[in-house]
Amino acid sequence: MRIPLKYSIRNLLARRLTTAFTVFGITLVVFVFAGVLMLAQGLKQTLISSGSADNVVVIRAGSGSEMQSFVSRDQAAVIRTLPEIALDSDGEPLVAGELVIILNKDRRTTAKMANITLRGVEPGSFALRPNVRIFEGRSFERGKTEVIAGRRAADNFKGCGLGETFDFGNTKWTVVGVFDAAGSAFENELWGDVDMVMPAAGRPVYSSMLFRMQQPETFAVMRDRVKADPRMKVEIKREKQYYAEQTQATATFIEALGLTVTIIFSLGATIGAMITMYGAVANRTREIATMRALGFLRRNVLAVFLIEAVVISTVGGLIGLAGASFLQLMTISTTNWDTFSEITFNFRLSPEIAIGTMLFAMLMGILGGFLPAVRAARIRIVDALRAE
Amino acid sequence: MWVLRLIGKNAARHKLRSLLTIFGLALAVVAFGVITTALNAWNTQIELIPPDRLVTRHAVSYTFSLPLSYKDRIEQVAGVERVAYANWFGGLYQNDPKNFFANYAIGPEDGIELYPEFVVPEDQKRAYYEDRTGCIAGQKIVDKFGWKIGDVIRLTGQIYPGDWDFTLRGIYRGAEVGTDETSLIFHWKYLDERVGQMFPGWSGQAGWFVVKIADPAAAARVCADIDELFRNSSAQTLTETEKAFSIGFISGLDAIVVMLKVISYLILGVIFLVLANTMLMSARERTNEYALLKTLGFGPFRLAGLIVGESLAIAAMGGLLGILLTFPAAEALGRVMSTFITVMAVKGGTVIMAMFFALLVGILSAVFPTIRALRMPIVDGLRHIG
Amino acid sequence: MSNPLVTVKSVSKIYRRDSLEIPVLNNIHLEIPEGEFLALMGPSGSGKTTLLNLIAGLDRPSTGQIDVGGIRIDSLREKELARWRSRNVGFIFQFYNLLPVLSAFENVELPLLLTGLSRKERADHVKFALKVVGLEDRMQHLPRQLSGGQEQRVAIARALVTDPKIILADEPTGDLDKVSAEEIMNLLSRLNHEYKKTIIMVTHDPRAAEKAHIRRYLDKGELV
Repeated sequence: MRIPLKYSIRNLLARRLTTAFTVFGITLVVFVFAGVLMLAQGLKQTLISSGSADNVVVIRAGSGSEMQSFVSRDQAAVIRTLPEIALDSDGEPLVAGELVIILNKDRRTTAKMANITLRGVEPGSFALRPNVRIFEGRSFERGKTEVIAGRRAADNFKGCGLGETFDFGNTKWTVVGVFDAAGSAFENELWGDVDMVMPAAGRPVYSSMLFRMQQPETFAVMRDRVKADPRMKVEIKREKQYYAEQTQATATFIEALGLTVTIIFSLGATIGAMITMYGAVANRTREIATMRALGFLRRNVLAVFLIEAVVISTVGGLIGLAGASFLQLMTISTTNWDTFSEITFNFRLSPEIAIGTMLFAMLMGILGGFLPAVRAARIRIVDALRAE
Repeated sequence: MWVLRLIGKNAARHKLRSLLTIFGLALAVVAFGVITTALNAWNTQIELIPPDRLVTRHAVSYTFSLPLSYKDRIEQVAGVERVAYANWFGGLYQNDPKNFFANYAIGPEDGIELYPEFVVPEDQKRAYYEDRTGCIAGQKIVDKFGWKIGDVIRLTGQIYPGDWDFTLRGIYRGAEVGTDETSLIFHWKYLDERVGQMFPGWSGQAGWFVVKIADPAAAARVCADIDELFRNSSAQTLTETEKAFSIGFISGLDAIVVMLKVISYLILGVIFLVLANTMLMSARERTNEYALLKTLGFGPFRLAGLIVGESLAIAAMGGLLGILLTFPAAEALGRVMSTFITVMAVKGGTVIMAMFFALLVGILSAVFPTIRALRMPIVDGLRHIG
Repeated sequence: MSNPLVTVKSVSKIYRRDSLEIPVLNNIHLEIPEGEFLALMGPSGSGKTTLLNLIAGLDRPSTGQIDVGGIRIDSLREKELARWRSRNVGFIFQFYNLLPVLSAFENVELPLLLTGLSRKERADHVKFALKVVGLEDRMQHLPRQLSGGQEQRVAIARALVTDPKIILADEPTGDLDKVSAEEIMNLLSRLNHEYKKTIIMVTHDPRAAEKAHIRRYLDKGELV
């Protein structure tokens, strides 16, 4: 790179407005690109953090999620007696049957209703989900129509805050506590005693069973053995994998639509950069010819313009990324297509997204700057020196 | 006229730059058009729902069912013409989530008569009525999977377990563009019989009731009357117009909608930057030419017209090209997103909006160069070298 | 003449534009000894700039040979030509052709970036060259902060800084007023007398041509 970098930088600064416009165009594209990825990442993060590595979920065979699943009491009984289940400090097996019900409730802020999940749980549910922590009020009493509300459910929905009540199954339910769940999807839920939820919902079955394995490595063997039993038409999955699958449809939708649109209009911004670079080349034809006359090679000239384009797009990329990182202060609520319940999550910026975004920005610079740089390199010295 | 020729020559002088600008604008317009169309797609379907249909569902959640016996009582309410009932089946075709499409069980046999926007040839309708395991599917999914009348279609139940076979007896088309053509319906009786066999005591349940009323203006009153009927029953109801129900259904997507709208404005920003940049560069080059025109007697109005004219010409061409490309782009995206958006039809309104914004950007992009050209003293301008 | 520095033998140049063939130089024979100050003159279109470009290695003859300092430059490949130019030729153009974003110092330093000299060595050479042209005190100025004559002097310093075998000047006074033109020509004379630089100059300014030792005339592509 024989021609000094300062030549490129000063030229970019010499045409301040043009450079600024081009940089800003790239900034907008990068902002959206990073934003879309961060949105999908935030969604996945929320759901993945809901799953623990040692836990196993049991749902009905053929159901995509616990929403569509039912596990009968007989099947539950078989699960409860599996030898692989870990024991807690009291020697009790760490297993729980849960029932999920979707309720339509009014949101606090908008006039629209949305879905919220009521999860009937057993004492084991708390042991199996150690990230659930009640920080206000108390836990519900068994045998009573009481619930505890996840932080986001309490914040966003009417009747779900501490001390509030709502109707369900012809009875009144009271919110006696609020819990935190390390940012996982449970913060959108209401939890109550499963033996009270079942009759209220008119459903005498569980949606799913959850348990922890003593030796997680024996998962495959255990799963095959249980499924071989003809009474057990069930799906057995590690909890982490189960949740990862839950986000698929929504995350895919966000990424597909968002990225498609972004790529289309990133081409627009790249063309903007190309126009700027062509302009720069046209403006400096004499200078280029002079440098070639002095003995600089075609590839030195090519490098200069390519670098200028990449500097533009990198600066644009950094500003766009910086802007996008502020999105992390926002919270999004939307319907999860897979489970039909509402889910609240944040934008999340990961190192991979940051690196990927910068590479994308630089790629725009390379694509936009390449052809103009080639044109610059192909300038015929004699003609350019003669030209006006 | 001569001015137009000058504009044309100016734009043609830098053919590559003009072409690139037009193309860059076009791409951004396509992105804008696609997003707007996607946003419209959701709204369109709702707008096409007839105003004389109500939905009666379980007050607590539409995932709870209601006793079938409610049907007769609802029919007694003043203003109600007919009542049908439906259950969301949610079966998967070829057990592949990517093949998702909506499928429902509808009763009674001729319940489909409540959906005049689904047009089915009479003979096919009759064949469907007479076949207990028959089904009717929308033209779009029939095309997508290559089905023919008489084919057996197997769905894997997600909520109602097992494999369910239906014989395709009819194909429906939407009465208007934008009507959904991606659903499959079959007889509620068939569902109920099998459910009764598999889970005795769970039969006789309807997911929701579809109520046709005589006078759309009376909707609110009829809704209230129906709900009053069941206020003290174990399963209370919530009745609303089908339009309101659908709006509530997708309101959860609010945030996504907002995000898409924000993106579309940012796209407009990029459009502006690309064109404004080009106009800036073009005007800078022509500094001494503009000075020359001034010495020849070109007034500020004419000069401004020249610059604005060139900007508008490029904006118009970019806008037009973008609009033309939006149609195939929307279609392609529609095919990919068929699970979420059933109709991607580019509306006239979108075209007008895109053109309007393109021209607006055309004018705004000319502002800065025009001011600069008008302000520059003739002497300085003549001295300027490129 | 014993071993001329530049030998031009049977050189012709034909330009091809679209399907047209435009002959610009026809069978040129020329020998230039070392230390010569030659002015090439003629009406516009006579091919004098083309001949200069060929000797400079900026272009290739259609037929014939060009020998500079013992090297057949007509047979060098493009990359080799570039390298040869950087070491052996200094250019002075009518419109100075300084890079607007670089200071006088940086403009003069530019050719040295193609050598292996260290930063300090380069700085020494630049300062010396600027001293020769009398512009030491304006090293940090940008071209737009200099007058036409000063810009041309910077260009001359740039042409000098690699200590080239020949200096080629294309209408060096073409864009200057009488006084500045005089200064430049005096400078070129000095370079030729004091520093023994071989100078080939294209000009149609008779006053400039007076400072040269020898004047050769070109008309319609032939030496007359």
